[in-house]
Formats: sequence, C-alpha cells, structure tokens
Amino acid sequence: MLKILKRDDLSKNKAIFIRFAAIALSLVFSGIFILALGFNPVEVYANMISGAFGTEMRIRETIIKSIPLVITSLGILVAFKMKFWNIGGEGQIIMGAFAAAYVALNYSQSMPRPLLLLLMAAASMIVGGFWAFIPAFFKVRFGTNETIFTLMLNYIAIKWVTYLQYGPWKDPSAQGFPKVANFDANAILPSLFGIHIGWIVAILLTIVIHIFMTHTKRGYEIAVVGESVDTAKYAGMNIKAIIITAMLISGGLCGLTGMIQASAIEKTLTVSLSGGYGFTAIITTWLSGLKAPYVLITSVAFALLLQGGSFIQIAMQVPAAVADMIQGMILFFVLGSEFFIRYTIKFVRVGKSDAQGNVKEAS
Amino acid sequence: MQPIAAIEMRNISKSFGAIRANENVDLTVFNGEVHALLGENGAGKSTLMNMLSGIYRPDSGSIFIDGKEVHFSSPKEPIKLGIGMIHQHFKLIDVLTAKENIILGQGGATFIKGKELSEEIRDISDRYGLDIDPNKKVYDMSVGEKQTLEIIKVLYRGARILIMDEPTAVLTPQEIRRLFEIIKNMRDLGCAIIIITHKLNEVMEISDRITVLRKGHTIATVETAKTEVKDLIEMMVGKSVDLAIKREQTEFGQLLLQVDNLHVYDSEKREALSEVSFDLFSGEILGVAGVAGSGQKELCETIAGLIKADKGRIFFDGDNIVGKNPRDIIRLGIRMGFIPEDRLGMGLVASMDIVHNLILKDYQNQPGIFLKRRHIIEKAHKIVRRLDIQTPGIYSPVRKLSGGNIQKVLLGREIDSNPRVLITAYPVRGLDIGASYKIYELLNEQKSKGVGILFIGEDLDVLLELCDRILVLFDGKVTGVVNAQEVTKEELGLMMAGGSAEKEGGSHA
Amino acid sequence: MLESFLFAAIISGTPLLFATLGELITEKAGNLNLGVEGMMLMGAIMGFSVGLVTGSPILGIAGAILAGAFGAAIFAYLTVSLRSNQVVTGLALTIFGTGFSSFIGKSFVGQVTPESIKSFFSPVDLPILSDIPFIGPIFFKHDIFVYFGYLSIILVSIYLYRTRRGLNLRAVGENAASADASGINVSLYKYVHIIIGGALCGLGGAYLSLVTIPVWQEGVTAGRGWIAVALVIFASWNPTKAMLGAFLFGGLDILGFRLQSMGIHVSQYLIDMLPYIATVAVLILSTRNNKKEDRPPQDLSNPYFREER
Repeated sequence: MLKILKRDDLSKNKAIFIRFAAIALSLVFSGIFILALGFNPVEVYANMISGAFGTEMRIRETIIKSIPLVITSLGILVAFKMKFWNIGGEGQIIMGAFAAAYVALNYSQSMPRPLLLLLMAAASMIVGGFWAFIPAFFKVRFGTNETIFTLMLNYIAIKWVTYLQYGPWKDPSAQGFPKVANFDANAILPSLFGIHIGWIVAILLTIVIHIFMTHTKRGYEIAVVGESVDTAKYAGMNIKAIIITAMLISGGLCGLTGMIQASAIEKTLTVSLSGGYGFTAIITTWLSGLKAPYVLITSVAFALLLQGGSFIQIAMQVPAAVADMIQGMILFFVLGSEFFIRYTIKFVRVGKSDAQGNVKEAS
Repeated sequence: MQPIAAIEMRNISKSFGAIRANENVDLTVFNGEVHALLGENGAGKSTLMNMLSGIYRPDSGSIFIDGKEVHFSSPKEPIKLGIGMIHQHFKLIDVLTAKENIILGQGGATFIKGKELSEEIRDISDRYGLDIDPNKKVYDMSVGEKQTLEIIKVLYRGARILIMDEPTAVLTPQEIRRLFEIIKNMRDLGCAIIIITHKLNEVMEISDRITVLRKGHTIATVETAKTEVKDLIEMMVGKSVDLAIKREQTEFGQLLLQVDNLHVYDSEKREALSEVSFDLFSGEILGVAGVAGSGQKELCETIAGLIKADKGRIFFDGDNIVGKNPRDIIRLGIRMGFIPEDRLGMGLVASMDIVHNLILKDYQNQPGIFLKRRHIIEKAHKIVRRLDIQTPGIYSPVRKLSGGNIQKVLLGREIDSNPRVLITAYPVRGLDIGASYKIYELLNEQKSKGVGILFIGEDLDVLLELCDRILVLFDGKVTGVVNAQEVTKEELGLMMAGGSAEKEGGSHA
Repeated sequence: MLESFLFAAIISGTPLLFATLGELITEKAGNLNLGVEGMMLMGAIMGFSVGLVTGSPILGIAGAILAGAFGAAIFAYLTVSLRSNQVVTGLALTIFGTGFSSFIGKSFVGQVTPESIKSFFSPVDLPILSDIPFIGPIFFKHDIFVYFGYLSIILVSIYLYRTRRGLNLRAVGENAASADASGINVSLYKYVHIIIGGALCGLGGAYLSLVTIPVWQEGVTAGRGWIAVALVIFASWNPTKAMLGAFLFGGLDILGFRLQSMGIHVSQYLIDMLPYIATVAVLILSTRNNKKEDRPPQDLSNPYFREER
C-alpha cells in the first residue's frame, strides 16, 4: 500500500532537476503528439528555435514578444507572492492602454515627446492600478473572491475598449473600418538597437521589482502576508494597507504593459493588444517560482515558443495553436512535478509491522 | 469464565518522528462497562483511541475486537465492526440536517427515504433516551445537541463500542447530567463505552473502571469503586521528579503587568476566560498550569493584543493596553515579548531564513523604506552562537530546523528586543532534554535582568522547579495562585481538575 | 415580441446551462476548475468534427462528452492525486483546451454542420406542454438538446438533494475530513464528479458548434466558459437557480441585437458588459449574504489529505 508523506525538504538541485525533467517530459510528450499529426518533431523543434533566434530580425521579434511578458509577469508576481490570485492581467493591460491612448489622442501636440510618453506611462499605471484596486478593495472589505472578480473585470475592460473602438473613438479617416485613430508620431516609443525602448523598461523593472521584493519593507511584508496572515498580525503588520499597495503595483505594471503595446506595437488603441499576455504571464510567473530574475528567463523562453510557433506556422504550415497546446502541456507537467517535490512515497506492508513501523521506502 | 473483551489493546506503541506518543500500552474494555481513560495532556489518550477508529496505525502491538485480531487501514473498517468514535471536535457538516448527517457515507437505497429515516432515528432515540429533531440544521444546534447527534450517528451505524473524546468539555452542567443518563442507558444495554477525560469528579461518577496513562505509558487500571481521587491524581501526575532546574533568586521588583477581571469569548461565543485577574512582577517567573483548553491560548493572545477582550483591563506599567493590537503595542514602544504555541504558523515565517525572521518585529522601527539587514546579520550570528542553534547557516529556511532550534530562534529574537514582559506558551513542548534546559537557562537569565515572565507549561515538575509562583486555570477561571515552593504536585493536580486552592498563595510582602 | 425574445434567450443560454451545471457539480465536490472555457471548446470541436465526419448526431455528442471528460480527467489527476494548485491548473486546462480546439478546428473552418445533424436538432413541439399560453411557446418548442438541458437540471437537483450519493457529494465539498471520517471515499467522489462536470461542459460547447452556430469558427465560446464559473456563484450552487441564471445571461447576450432591431440604439458593447457587471454585483452581494446554504462549499479549492500528525 502506498503511503504519501510530506517531505522534510528537498535540496535545491534535486528540485531543479525534477522541474527540468518535467519540462523535458512535456517536450517528449508534445513531440509524440506532433508526430501523430504527421510532422517530424525534431524538425518542428529545430525550426522553432531557428524561427526564434535564426536571424537578427527574428531575435528582435522574440525580444519584442518577451517585453510585455516580463513586465506583466512582474506585476502578477507581486500579487501571487501575496497569494492574491490576480488573473485580471488582460483587463489591467487593456485599461492601461486605454489611459495611455486617452493621453496620446488628446495631448500629442501640446507637449514634447519625452514628457508625453512619461505622462502616458503614468496614466496607464494609475488606471491599471485602479483596475486591480477594485477587487482588492472588495477582498479586504468583504472577503470577496478575487479570482472571479479580476476575471470579470477583464471582460468589462475588453468590452469598454471595443465600445470605444467601434463608437466614440472610431477613426473617421479609416473609411468605415472600426479602429481608433493612429497615435501621433510624438506618442510612439522610440527604439534603441532596432527594438523599442520597452526592453530597457523591462530590464529596469526586473531589477526594481527584485529589489522591491527582497530589500524593501513593503516587499517583505507582502511575502509575510502571503505566507501566513497570522504571523503578519502577530508582527503587527497593517494587512489591509499591504494588500492594497501590492495590488496597485500589480495592476500598475500590467497597465504599463498596455501603454507599451499600444504605443510601440499597435501604435493605436485596439482590443487585441493584450494578446493573451495577461494569461500567459501567469504561466511564466508560476514557472519562475516567484523570483524576479527568473521571470526574465521564463518570459524569454515563452517568447521563444510564441515566436517559434509563429514561424513554423508559415514555414511548415504547422498551426499556431500547437504552441498553445505545448504551453498547456508544459504547465501540466510542471504542476504535476510539484507533487514530487513536496511529497515522497513510501511502500508500507498492510498487517504485520515491525517495531519501526514502515518497512520499505521508495522515494 | 473470563468474558471475551470487547476491546483488547496489547503492547501498543506509536511514534510521530521523535515523539513517542504511546509506549507498550495495554487496555482492556468489556461489554456493559464504562471505562475511563485518564491522563494529562500529551499522555497519549487521543492517539491510542485514534488507532481504534482507524485514523492511525500502531507501529507495534496488536488490537483485538471481540477476541479477533484486526488491522485497520481506514476509518471505514472499525465502523463496520461496531466501533463508533465521537471526536472532541465534531465531524459534522454544518449545512446539513441531523438526519442527513446520520446517513452520511452509508450504503443503502439510492434515494433518501425521509420518513423512514426519521422513524429509525426515533427508534434509536427512544431506546437510548436521546432527544433530537431529525430535520434541524446542524448550524442551528447547540453544542449539546450536536453531541447527541454524533452519538445517534454512531448508534445508527450499529456501534456497540463507543469511544468519547472529552465529551463534557463543551457541555453545560445540565447537558452533562443528560449525557451521563444516556451513557448509563447504553451501558445497561450492553455497550462498551470508553471515555477519554481529565475530569476526575466525572470519572468517579460515571465510570466502572479507570486506566491511567502518563507520558505514553499505562500506569494502572483500577476499579472506580475501590479508588479515591487522590490516588488517581498521584497516578496521573506521578511522584515529584527532581529535574535539577535552578530557580534564580531575585528581588521582587515592581508591578509590571496587572490583569484585571478579564473576560474573553472564543469563536463559538463561549467564555474562554472569565474573571481572570492576576499580577506579574519584574524578576519573577509566573507559571500558568492547566489542562489544554482552559484558556491559556486566549490569555496569551489577549495580552499580546491578538484577541479582543470583551471586558476587563490589562495594565502594562500603569497604562491600560486592553484593546490595543500588536501594531499599537509595538508603536507605543511597549516592550513585550510573546513566544506563541504555534511557532511556525504564528511566531515565525517558515519559509524564510533566520535573518528575515529576526527582523519580523524590529523592521517597523527602522527608518526609510529599505530593509536594513547588515546589523541583523551580525545579530543573527551572535544569537546563533550564544544559543547554540544548530543550523546549516543563517540563510536556511527556519522550517528546516529541528523543534528545539526553531524555539531558540524565537526566543533569541524576543529576548533580543529587551522585553520587560515575556510571555511564553509551551516553550519546551517537543524539545529534547538538552534544548529544554537551555531554554530554562535563558529564561532564568532574563529573570535575573528583571524581566517578568509568564510561563505557560504542561509539565508540572518543571513548573514547580522553575517558577516562583504558579497560576492555575480551569475552564477559563483562575482556580488558584500559589507559591511554587510551598505547593505540592497533587494540590496542583486538584486545582487543574477544578478544585480550588486551600492555601492563599502568591501574596508577597 | 417578448415571447420571441425569451425563446431566443433560452437558446442563447443553453450552452451556459450545461457549462454552469458541470462546474456546479465539480465545485460541489470541492474543486474549483477554471478550465471550463477549455473544456467547452474541446467539446465544441470534437462534437463538430466527429459529427461532420460521421454525419451522426449521437456520435458527435459522444465525442463532445468524451472531450470534456478527458480535459476534466487531467485536471482531476493533477488536483486530486497530485494536489497541485487548482487555480493555475484550471488555467492551464483552458490554455490547453483553447489551443486544442483551435488546432483541430483549423481544418474545419467554414465547414457547415451536416444536414443530418441539423435536422436531428430541429425544434420539436412538446405535446400538451407547448400549448400552455405564453409559457408553452417559450419553453416547449425547442430542440431536444434544450429539453435535455431541462432534464439535466431536474436530474442533478434530484441527485444532489434526494439521493445518498448526492448527500455524500455535498459532504465532501463542505468538509472533506468529516466526510472521510464517515467512511466516504473522498478521492473517488472528487474524480467521478469532476469528470462528469467536464463532460457537461463539453456538451455545452457542442450545443454551440452543432446547433446554434451553423458554421465552425474559432473561439466559438467567446468567453462563455468564464461566465459559467461566475454563474455558479450567482446560482448559490443550486441547479435550479443555475438554469435561471443561464437563461438570464443568455438573454443579456442577445439583448443588444434586440434593442437595435427595436430601434433603440445603445452600443452593442455596453450591453455586452452587462453579464459581467451583473456577475460582479452578484459576487459582491453574495459574499455579504449570510444564509449558510447559499455559501460556497466550505472546502472548495482545499486539497484533501488524510495526513498523520
């Protein structure tokens, strides 16, 4: 009979090994799946890698795809560290974009570019932060479930921007096509080394959030609240304020992603600019073990998957949805592997037991 | 001819890691008897019974039911054999009705036949003298009614062997009367009943035989009619053991903490503490003795500001701090250390290292937004050295440490803040001898610096040797405050069981 | 006018009905499965593709049920046996399911539902019932899929509140430890009901792909899976209320078109927001609701583990 016992602890190396094994296993599994569809998995994987890093342009595309992932993941990291399940990243991104667009569409001519961009960024962070503040407020005040609340706000945000896009903000010069007017050149993020400066922002924010979570009082408080509310109370922490602050930061970062995507990629406000990043970021955050520097790694890895997936769609006629499924499978395997990190399995003989009790051990 | 015992447990042992909960325990219970299982906290009573109910499995030894050896691997099997356990914490589903709870997990017809069921329940109720409304929701029930429901539940499943874990702990006197009637009925109808308890007067009233456990061992099995309370106490607490714990001699200093008429209600609206008053002076260790659940937890947490008192005052250095939460207490500069019972769940952050646990209370008084760790790192090294904490390093998560070392980290932190009052709840629980002595040493050190220490403990021998005075709690009330050098272990045992101190103790001129 | 609107609301709400009922059952077992959208999509595509290839409505339905059940089985294994975090696992299922559906659906985009299936699901007037004034034409002139929806609600209600197994299930979701102590096999109950829940979600997706929408398109569920999760809360975990909620939200879904056709011009998209705003309102109000029976199962999203001390 199998007995499952909690492990005392696992060496860091063993834990990393189990995680890598999980990812490797998932790739093997996906490979079999790809084979079943009539494609050569080795060719598919090779093309994905080549599609992500093969040429300078492709590398740029990969980086461009990783930027929103990094920033959004950092935002989600802060929330998750507190065990606040913020799955409203999509909505926070979109509302941030909306705020930035408002500034861009109305004030592009009245101020110099750097100031305009800063204002757009600030607006996006404030509104994105507010969008996350709402569920946080209700959680703190009434204990309302944040998972569904943040989710619903996603949809409200999408519908709001769709409304704007098809209605009051519809661009008359687009000849009936429902889109918002393009941003003035003044409102577009400049580039450095061929990539929009979002990459600098992403790297800076990684450092900032890392320092915030590991070296500031508030970051420390967030971690304590996430681990044990009892301990936080014991230590005299102001739990309500901590939750609210964390969510303002979480939403603010997602909002910033919205501004970046609107300004640098879409160059307008469109409902599709969040591109599922709000959800993918949850995976990259989870895989990072909630550590900011690892977020960079997981985000680039996923961007690779996205870019590579995009490439093989054209080059090999492999449907882009395959990347989605591989994402899902990787996540399944990694989630499942958590079990083996936290628990060990022992074999116990039913009936006779000697003085020591458990007979054989298998772990 | 010797009747076959309903239950026979032979040579049972069970350990949880380093803790030996039961060692070579023997227990025999016959049909038509009420058998009391008596012992202090941690004596091993619940563990033993959990092996009969299928929740734990013995490491060694055998269990015989009606003469046949059994090995339970899940709660389902004992139920089939007619064993019904009524836990101290009820296993009922709040939103369901009484009769729904009763048929839970039972096989039978697909559809619930409400009327039939109600009748069956009525049969059982009448036979045993129980009273219950089958359609009442559990969340509407009083504690006594819930217990009656648990009893009917096991009877419905055909239990002839009933095990009750501290059944009177939550009942009013009238409900206790009724319960005893019910138990007598069941005994007369041929059931075997085991009652786990620490209440001596009740044991004398209701039981036929008594088995006393102490520190995991069977001490004796006696017939109630041929025993006296004082014999039982002696068996429960044992002879005084000289532990050679030093008691520091200090001069009594000023009044540090004055608790006045404290009333606290727990989450179930019952009085966890009532009319509690006492003083704590600098340079003394005031022990708090009592069986588990007498209000110790509420006492500590109310003083520390984690629980709100409903009535009463707490004076720290003349200021009434009742109603202040831990934040206020830290902000006001009140130096009070609290080492809670739940070390990893409340006192520490299990996944963080020593350094980050040391700053838990300290960080608020640091200026700026950054966490300054340098001086804490030095402090961490210092504390590890001074308290001899065994750890792979100051950066390992504290949950990896052994119980004793975890406690040292907690104590080290609290002591380091130079408290004037130190509250420690069960500080040596689960610690080995060496670690325990180290803790006593540290506490004595603090005492000689003039700190007033409130020491909630389980081991009477320790309390008698380490403390200056001992306050005894029973059922949320103070049953005595005595001088540790004058009181006997038996007298303490009596007070813990509800009797009051004959001597006026604890006054100091 | 009102009649035809309510009639259409029922059609619009039926996929929601199945998905909500499925998630309700899962949550009664104590597990929160956020993969509803994924399971609906898997059911939608498998229902459509099998139906298209075989021409058989029965096989199509079977395909949808199996697809939803399969997704739920993965979730069940991860969250019950491996005790993984339910929120993230559910999300993974949605991502996987969305990709799966989009992937297989690629070769079916633009394809039309076969005649054999369309006619199988053509509306049928129920004798006697459909003659009841006002109510008759609204409720009893639908296709058999809708009728099956009504039946499911009735069956699940009876199951939950009048059978032993249903009682045991409720106990598992409320307090797994007490259920265990009563001798109930907690893991088994969770597995079975999570999978049944997934099957129902798949069925909801199939209604969309086989009946409502004449041509396969990507993203056919349009976020309904998420609404279903919220609807479970709206329904206070009660099947009858779930049905009403599903039809209500089905109505909200088509409200925009109706208003426009009536000459009232409110932006479609603002109307579109209504279901979600309503859900938020319900969320807030329900947390303040103190009636114990309307609360979530107390052990919802807590993994159960009969562990030694």
